[in-house]
Amino acid sequence: MSWYLSLPLAIPFITAIFAFFARKSVYGKWISVIGSGASLLASAALMYVVLQEGVIAGQMGNWPAPFGITLVADLLSAVMVVITAITGFAVAIYCMGEITERMEYLGYHALFQVLLAGVTGAFLTGDLFNLYVWFEVMLISSFGLLILGGRKEQIDGGIKYVTLNLISTILFLSGIGLIYGMTGTLNLADLSLAVERVENQGLLTVVAVMFMIAFGVKAALFPLFFWLPAAYHTPAFSVSAVFAGLLTKVGVYALIRMFTLVFDHDVQFTHTLLLWVAAFTMIVGVLGAAAQSDFRKILSFHIVSQIGYMIMGLALSTKFALVGAVFYLVHHIIVKANLFLIAGVANRIAGSTELSRIGGLYKSAPLLGILFLIPAFSLAGFPPLSGFWAKYILVAAAIEIEAWVIAGIALLVGLLTIYSMTKIWGQAFWPAHPDGIEPKLSHMPKFQRWCYLLPIAGLATLTIIIGLFPEPFVTFAERAADQLLDPTEYVTTVLGERAP
Amino acid sequence: MAQAPDRSTGALDYLVVRKIYGNKAPQSGSDETGDKMAQATGDGPKSNGILGPVPVLIPLAIFIWSLSFIGPVSNGEVVRLSYDWVPSLGISLSFLIDGLSLTFTLLISGIGALVMLYSNTYLAGHPQYGRFMLYLTSFMLAMLGLVLADNLISLFVFWELTTITSYLLIGFDNESAKSRRSALQALLLTGAGALALLAGLIILGVAAGTFEISEILAKGDEIRAHALYLPILILVLAGAFTKSAQFPFHFWLPNAMAAPTPVSAFLHSATMVKAGVYLMARLHPALSGTDVWMWTLTIFGAVTAVFASVLAFRQTDLKQVLAYTTLMALGTLTLFLAFDSGYAITAFTTFLITHSLYKAALFLMVGCIDHGTGTREADILGGLGRIMPFTAAAAALAALSMAGIPPFIGFIAKELMYAGAVEAATSPVFVASMALAANALMFAVAGIVAFKPFWRPGQPTPVEPHEAPWPMLAGPIILAVLGLIVGIAPGLIQGTLVTPTVAALLGSADEAKELKLWAGVNLPLFLSLGTFAIGFVLYVFHQPLRRTLAAIDARAPNFDRGWDRVLDGLKALAEFQTRLIQSGVLRRYIFITFATLFAAIGTTLYLRTDLPDLEGIEVLAPKQWAVVALIIAGTISVVLTRSRITAIAALGVVGIAVALIFIMYGAPDVAITQLLVETLVVVLVAIAMLSLPFLDKPGRHDHRPLDAVLALGVGTVTTITMLLVLQQPIDLRLTEYFEQTSWPEAFGRNIVNVILVDFRALDTFGEIAVVVVAALSAYALLRTTAKEAQ
Repeated sequence: MSWYLSLPLAIPFITAIFAFFARKSVYGKWISVIGSGASLLASAALMYVVLQEGVIAGQMGNWPAPFGITLVADLLSAVMVVITAITGFAVAIYCMGEITERMEYLGYHALFQVLLAGVTGAFLTGDLFNLYVWFEVMLISSFGLLILGGRKEQIDGGIKYVTLNLISTILFLSGIGLIYGMTGTLNLADLSLAVERVENQGLLTVVAVMFMIAFGVKAALFPLFFWLPAAYHTPAFSVSAVFAGLLTKVGVYALIRMFTLVFDHDVQFTHTLLLWVAAFTMIVGVLGAAAQSDFRKILSFHIVSQIGYMIMGLALSTKFALVGAVFYLVHHIIVKANLFLIAGVANRIAGSTELSRIGGLYKSAPLLGILFLIPAFSLAGFPPLSGFWAKYILVAAAIEIEAWVIAGIALLVGLLTIYSMTKIWGQAFWPAHPDGIEPKLSHMPKFQRWCYLLPIAGLATLTIIIGLFPEPFVTFAERAADQLLDPTEYVTTVLGERAP
Repeated sequence: MAQAPDRSTGALDYLVVRKIYGNKAPQSGSDETGDKMAQATGDGPKSNGILGPVPVLIPLAIFIWSLSFIGPVSNGEVVRLSYDWVPSLGISLSFLIDGLSLTFTLLISGIGALVMLYSNTYLAGHPQYGRFMLYLTSFMLAMLGLVLADNLISLFVFWELTTITSYLLIGFDNESAKSRRSALQALLLTGAGALALLAGLIILGVAAGTFEISEILAKGDEIRAHALYLPILILVLAGAFTKSAQFPFHFWLPNAMAAPTPVSAFLHSATMVKAGVYLMARLHPALSGTDVWMWTLTIFGAVTAVFASVLAFRQTDLKQVLAYTTLMALGTLTLFLAFDSGYAITAFTTFLITHSLYKAALFLMVGCIDHGTGTREADILGGLGRIMPFTAAAAALAALSMAGIPPFIGFIAKELMYAGAVEAATSPVFVASMALAANALMFAVAGIVAFKPFWRPGQPTPVEPHEAPWPMLAGPIILAVLGLIVGIAPGLIQGTLVTPTVAALLGSADEAKELKLWAGVNLPLFLSLGTFAIGFVLYVFHQPLRRTLAAIDARAPNFDRGWDRVLDGLKALAEFQTRLIQSGVLRRYIFITFATLFAAIGTTLYLRTDLPDLEGIEVLAPKQWAVVALIIAGTISVVLTRSRITAIAALGVVGIAVALIFIMYGAPDVAITQLLVETLVVVLVAIAMLSLPFLDKPGRHDHRPLDAVLALGVGTVTTITMLLVLQQPIDLRLTEYFEQTSWPEAFGRNIVNVILVDFRALDTFGEIAVVVVAALSAYALLRTTAKEAQ
């Protein structure tokens, strides 16, 4: 069992080491692609095993839980690992087109792989402190990627990014200390049992709120999201694609994990709070997007808004709503990473991401137009694309329990999302280019063109597949939601004989 | 490369397109004419090649295929097909062929085939013809899916597909700002309606316990009695009214005329805008019959019909005139759906078919005029009858049907409307007078559109007028002649389409009324005669009337401008909010983050816990007080000093004081680590800071008092939380386990070391990665040259 769990984690680290030593050669990028491909295979194997056998757990160093560190994969973890590997693989190919030799020399591919490792680790760990370690790995490697290149705006964004995330880190660590003081354990499965024994349940709620804020910063919830729009438009496009796809989702994952497995003692309070936060996050994020005029800034604020949808699913905490949250999570990563990749192509052939300075893409690069419309309409929730089902399930889940207000907000925000996505289409694609040039895909060298377009087309295809054949994905999300709502299997698998 | 001129009226989208792309070797002014375009097939950019007409085959095949259902449907059968799509959500891809959906299918595919044939000539040589046909075909398939769907969610999927494809079609002239604005307006307005509709459909599905439409229709009484009937109705109607452009959501439709004329003919008369009407008809058995339904549809339908007829009168661009008459038709259709009497629904069905036939014909005819003369201005056009005889004939036939003159089908439809109005349940006088007003105006408009341009003197047109080529004439002629044929022989559509449709709405074929040209001397006949009289007068005086209307209209509130104001307001709100929140100032971000922490923790403490019991706290010894004093002093120095060196040194003091605490509580190893780290940090940071200037003096806006308050607040709630945690019994399972196993199993005497390298080796591995990556990042940053940083 252990191998299935540790390979997806070990491969990116090994790849990082090789990529670092090959950073001065042309092989560095190929090592990164091959390593990412291997990760994808390993995570597919993990998924297969979890689908066949249910939750699996591995005790690192063979120290029994809760004394050592446990890696554990239920369906949610497994799908997050797979989607991380898919994103990593797609972006690694894209990097071959985008990343300059200079950035490779500065260790780009190694940092990239360590980031993927950190994300994977966070999804696989069954230990609260170990989760903190993976957060740190992610934070430092993402900071490195963010400032690589050293332009002034990158440094400016990077400082805001790292400062605010460090606050989150400190809160997370304080929370760990407090909950350890109350329960004497760090193993998540063990914690889910131990919290029931805590006398002062009110105090547990206080600690839960502390975790909510720590993860809220990571997930870019209102009013803690400032670091995201400050930083995401500055680095290389492949970097912002990985960030957009994965970083905030680790925060969302952590919230889902903690508030289904550990902090489910005071749902009335914590989940109501989460619901309000979700509502504000949705609205403020989408209005922020409406005010922007840069391709990537619009997309960045959309991330915030859509995090709100996922948290809405968690906050409603019915099975159907959790199905929606899981579905949304997966859909969002694919679509959002892809849109950032597309922004990179637009920038490459039209010369900017500032919408007022580009245009003409629809006429002279129609393929890019189609490739943009698929994720863009998906993001806006148009059927029959993945985003429609994600939104549909959440809205239907809200209506089912007569949560009218949040259902209305979710729909209204959908409309505003359409508005801000058409802003990109209506400025970068439809009108002629202000400088009179005709941006064409064929202006790029052939190799670069393939590196750019293959991952974009692949991710767009995934969006369409999920949209047209949602049934297996919905069924999967239902099973994942079942596991979240009833963690018995998770707990017994991790604790073995020690489980009650 | 020429920019498309943005002519608001009379713009010939076809010519504009050609000026940009087509015609490599212009010979004379008359080269801009459609004749030569049409004749020049095979000549490079002027033709779409042999594949050009291929898309026509798709609707044609569908049309022929759907004809085969006429037999079973007219026998009262209902054909149902169903495929599982998302069974776990109760969503199936199921289709229903009954009178209503078959009528729509035939109209969509039949008119679709003619429109596509027309487009192949109209857009001959257009470089984006391929895209155009792709959008148009996708749209048509989506529309067919919509009318055939037997599942609420499947229906919605197709509904939104029509929204997307029509967005792309309205914005087809993508370099014109006007087209883009119209496309966006249509998308947002119908998109907003669609979201309401989605909510309505979900509630309806939850209320009925199924998403299958045919099952829902059987539960009409249950739904009408349901507690959520009113929200369902409002939300569904919001979707239908926006899509079918009912007042006050009407304004997007005339703007959508920025699309190429075949699109207008297809989407904006025959099909898409009728999607809302279709939806109301489809759900009629489940939702109608209540007072709310009846009055809402009556009022919205009547107001739309009359308002639109008046505005139609006011236009001078023929395409705009037709756009407003379409609004009138949509209003009328809605009006008659308000009722459930046999006459009203028969009138609805007959008028639906009638309108599709004549309106598509007229739009295509206007395209021919536009194509042949270079303008669509009613005031300029005249005397075309001899030059464009076929266009004139088609126009005349279609217009006679629109004016409701016997023996055209339009006459029968009008008679039925009056019959339906007279027996209307709400207010017969109101409904009849509304219908009368609308019909009279239609009579006059028919004259403006189809009589004056051909048979009255006009002014010279931009292009020497000439007849349109046959593929463009086929559509209008066939459709207009059909209007005559079914008028003379209404039996052709009675049993095949009208009766089955009425049966689909009212549940019984017996409710359908007979379509006949001569129904005897009765009230509807007198109303018809009155319509002609008023209509004739209106036509004669239409020019002075139009001037009066224009003057009134200029002062009346303008919905289109109101729309702009809504969007501006939204933008202003968005920008205000973003300035407020995303200020770009890190200090403020940090403040808000900590303020959130303080508020959230503080509130939760207040609501969920009691204050810690201070009695049990051990009293500090003097040496402990000394350490506390050291920490406080260090902190205060950090905050107040302007020297970076002093600040870092003071921070070092705090660190050392913490190390002292570790010593006091018996953890010397941790204390040593802490001391080493602190020393290293102070030294390294101090070296780095040597070259930096002093910190600025606090300016007039000194934030520090407020920051201090917040800091104290955060400190207080954290301390309270910690005291509360300390009062919990501590569970030492892990510690005991480590003590027991460290030596016998992990072979290490130093428990901390064993934890680091064995029990929790993965953490250590991760932290090593952190340090290495930090070094790498720092290296990368240091190697960045000043040039790169630009």
